[in-house]
Amino acid sequence: MAVDSAAVVAWLERSAARLHEQRAYLTDLDAAIGDADHGVNMDRGFTAVMAKLQAEGTPTDVGAVLKTVGATLVSTVGGASGPLYGTAFLRAGMALAGKDALTAGDVETGLHAALEGIKARGKAHAGEKTMIDALEPAINAFSAAIIDRDDVHAALTAAADAAEEGMRATIPLLATKGRASYLGERSIGHQDPGATSSALLLRTMVNKGEG
Amino acid sequence: MPVGIVIISHSQRLAEGVAELAGQMTRGEVKILAAGGTDSGELGTSLEKVQRALAEADSGEGILILMDLGSASMVATMALEQLPEEQRARVRLSDAPLVEGAVVAAVEASIGSTLDQVASTAKEATTMDKGINA
Repeated sequence: MAVDSAAVVAWLERSAARLHEQRAYLTDLDAAIGDADHGVNMDRGFTAVMAKLQAEGTPTDVGAVLKTVGATLVSTVGGASGPLYGTAFLRAGMALAGKDALTAGDVETGLHAALEGIKARGKAHAGEKTMIDALEPAINAFSAAIIDRDDVHAALTAAADAAEEGMRATIPLLATKGRASYLGERSIGHQDPGATSSALLLRTMVNKGEG
Repeated sequence: MPVGIVIISHSQRLAEGVAELAGQMTRGEVKILAAGGTDSGELGTSLEKVQRALAEADSGEGILILMDLGSASMVATMALEQLPEEQRARVRLSDAPLVEGAVVAAVEASIGSTLDQVASTAKEATTMDKGINA
């Protein structure tokens, strides 16, 4: 079953709502090992995204929607997650430009482009206590799932499960990237807020079907 | 016109303070632009502020960008990527320490040095002695 731009917007809406609900939780996680602004920043960014999409209307081109999201996040989030998520959405948008409906393979392409964008922007890789620790296993799980069965919903479920597992696995890690790296050993024992928001964004892809 | 300097910080006041301190050494001869904080002046970084500072600091001789923590470098890189190629070629990112780097870069720029010279002088500030162990 294909994913169209309305489904993507519905996902963004669910994400914005969930980020708003989880704003204090994400900020608390960030207060432990960072600069205590992740929840506020993500909420502000996604609120701006929804306002932008409502004001401009939703194009049928999924790539165009994602590019608008990326540009909005870059200019409104304020913390490191602005350039990181912004680049992720911009790269996914470029990879999916001109597509009105995404196959499972397209979703994989978009997720991959997003991950590569984050890695390039943050000059980071897995194991450094960042969003990559949630995203990389999630995308691997998605890819593995669609080899077995061409079912976007099942693959997104596998991806969200893997993201949450990766998120929890950041707890014992020592942060070597981002503000948390300034804490050194003190970063151990806390769940990474970026990995947490990444897992949230993947989980909201699953809720309510193909969106 | 001398090489311009852009200071990116998570704090608007820190960016302005560094620009002020560096500017004191050059009697206003060098364009030193502060791009600190978010658009609403909170702690954070703003791509738009950085883009505006780059536009204003560009004298044609080049710009050296100095920055504080982590994501400042990401915003700087994004701003750079969005410049036209011809302008991007004369902008350089410096990982010099913010205060010392800005001061020596400003002095170097004020004597009419090239962007390469200004960048390399700023870089040398990494090992600058504060005179504590003298």
